[in-house]
Amino acid sequence: MRTVPRLHAQDLQLAYGENVVVDGLDFAVLDGTVTAVIGPNGCGKSTLLRALGRLLPARRGHVLLDGKRIDRTPTREVARVLGVLPQAPTAPEGLTVADLVARGRHPHQAWYRQWSSDDEGAVAQALSWTGMAEFAERAVDTLSGGQRQRVWISMVLAQGTDVILLDEPTTFLDLAHQVDVLDLVERLHTEAGRTVVMVLHDLNLAARYAQRLVAMKDGAIVAEGPPQQVLTSDMLREVFDLDAQVVTDPVSGTPLVVPVGRRHRGGVREELEQSTAVGPA
Amino acid sequence: MSPSELLTRPTGSVAGRLPVRYRGLSGVWRPRMVLVTACGVGLTVLMAAVNIGRGDFPISVLEVLAVLVGGGDSAQQFIVLELRLPRSLTAVLVGSALGLSGAITQAVARNPLASPDILGVTAGASAAAVVLIVLGGSSAAVASVGSLVGLPIAALVGGLVTAALVYGLAWRNGIEGYRLVLVGVGIGAVAAAITSWMLVYAEINDAARATVWLTGSLNARGWEHVVPVGIALALLVPIGLLLTFALGALQMGDDTARGLGVHVDRARSALLLTAVGLAAVATASAGPIGFVALVVPQICLRMIGAARPPLLASAVYGALLILGSDLVARTMLPVELPVGIITAIIGAPYLIWMLARGRRGART
Repeated sequence: MRTVPRLHAQDLQLAYGENVVVDGLDFAVLDGTVTAVIGPNGCGKSTLLRALGRLLPARRGHVLLDGKRIDRTPTREVARVLGVLPQAPTAPEGLTVADLVARGRHPHQAWYRQWSSDDEGAVAQALSWTGMAEFAERAVDTLSGGQRQRVWISMVLAQGTDVILLDEPTTFLDLAHQVDVLDLVERLHTEAGRTVVMVLHDLNLAARYAQRLVAMKDGAIVAEGPPQQVLTSDMLREVFDLDAQVVTDPVSGTPLVVPVGRRHRGGVREELEQSTAVGPA
Repeated sequence: MSPSELLTRPTGSVAGRLPVRYRGLSGVWRPRMVLVTACGVGLTVLMAAVNIGRGDFPISVLEVLAVLVGGGDSAQQFIVLELRLPRSLTAVLVGSALGLSGAITQAVARNPLASPDILGVTAGASAAAVVLIVLGGSSAAVASVGSLVGLPIAALVGGLVTAALVYGLAWRNGIEGYRLVLVGVGIGAVAAAITSWMLVYAEINDAARATVWLTGSLNARGWEHVVPVGIALALLVPIGLLLTFALGALQMGDDTARGLGVHVDRARSALLLTAVGLAAVATASAGPIGFVALVVPQICLRMIGAARPPLLASAVYGALLILGSDLVARTMLPVELPVGIITAIIGAPYLIWMLARGRRGART
């Protein structure tokens, strides 16, 4: 593992027009890790991801990719090391799966070299890897949400970058497809050795699939570390304003958030103690 | 699959993307696109030959083709090369400029309505040209110089200024197709109002000249009209086709394109500038011939079954449409009409149909 972080944000200030979303943020992504950024709506997590992927220029401070300023590196060069999948990307109507995934090769191509054998090999492999090879000639807009997301991930995979940023890759997917996509992300990390940073809404899935959680609130990082350290009821109260208990996920052993909600407030602790006291009959 | 496998050069083939490779060059073999484009080229040559042959002194298609490759008698050579070829050549050049321009703007805006005529570019170019005709028309010297040098330049400047205005007003942290179209329609209306005002203000002779020009006409086009538009196209068409490379990534939306290493704003500005240049040059040469830039790219897209308007095919079929319209305008009716009227008759129902399809048709 490298000692220099793959991605390093230093004293970052990010803004949309006059609206400053993130101010004075420092953040490092280590090589070969899966990091999930969590936080309530509007906390600036997508903004941070867009800045890490140089989709949004920093107002102050900068992002380093392998120790070099990302905004001073030619963007095509960056695109060979860093792949970004934006939130809810849209494909033009009628575009085939193969053509979309082939777009991922753009940083490796030129106008006179648009389908080299390297391109073809990378696309073929990405498609087989995500299980989308049989859909290669289908139009993307005729696929289901989960399949579509696999196609977009294939595109980033075909790009052949070491570092991959995913902005809410599971949005609009049902639970089964969320798990499906995240299994794919896990394989990106374990089998293909990619460094992944993703923004996720589902805390339990984030805890399960990431080695490192970053919790954000109001544009600042509140907690950061392994899921067991970050995902605590104190953090949930502070960051999400959520009254919840954290138990152990019976499947993965990672923390599992159980929100309390108004109806069970007060009585839940006693009930829980009672049930553990009685034990399984 | 192990990490090392992904790091070594992977091999394999992808369904639907057959490679064509020669030394360092490579591309995807798309038989349907090649077939449709080749058919278009053949039909355009044929249509040009028919168009050249028809007239007070009819010449058969074969004879026209013979003259074009260097044969024929001297009378035929004179009639074809000096009298009639410039008109058809202007039609071809103007048509391909409009088709290519429309394909680029529709692809960049990801909106089938976003053609230079809808975006106000043509209206802006016309307004500038009419201002020149009306204000400069009082002296004969200005008029003759103006129509050859001044008109194209005025139209070009008018088109570029309008496009810059539309782009500037529609830009809000990026360009969204619908906003571009709406702002374009608005600016186009202002330009049309300027044109009307000029026509009211003008001397009757200037107004008549401007009106004929405004319907888009290929009447009495000589080599002096062909040369400027030919030079402009010789520059702009290759630039436009080179820029297509970035267009593929731009199609995926701004963020994805940036992630793929495209300078989005730079690439889009260059593409739009090329498209506006093409539309303005075409307008300067033959007046505002409507609907070609709107209709042709969408027809080609459907013929080829592509996900974005094909540039080369749009250029070819743009030429074909204008040639065909010119033939109809010249010969099929008792009076000779300006070609712009025929393209409008074909194009207007298409526009209504597309608007009636509503959001689905204009989906980004």
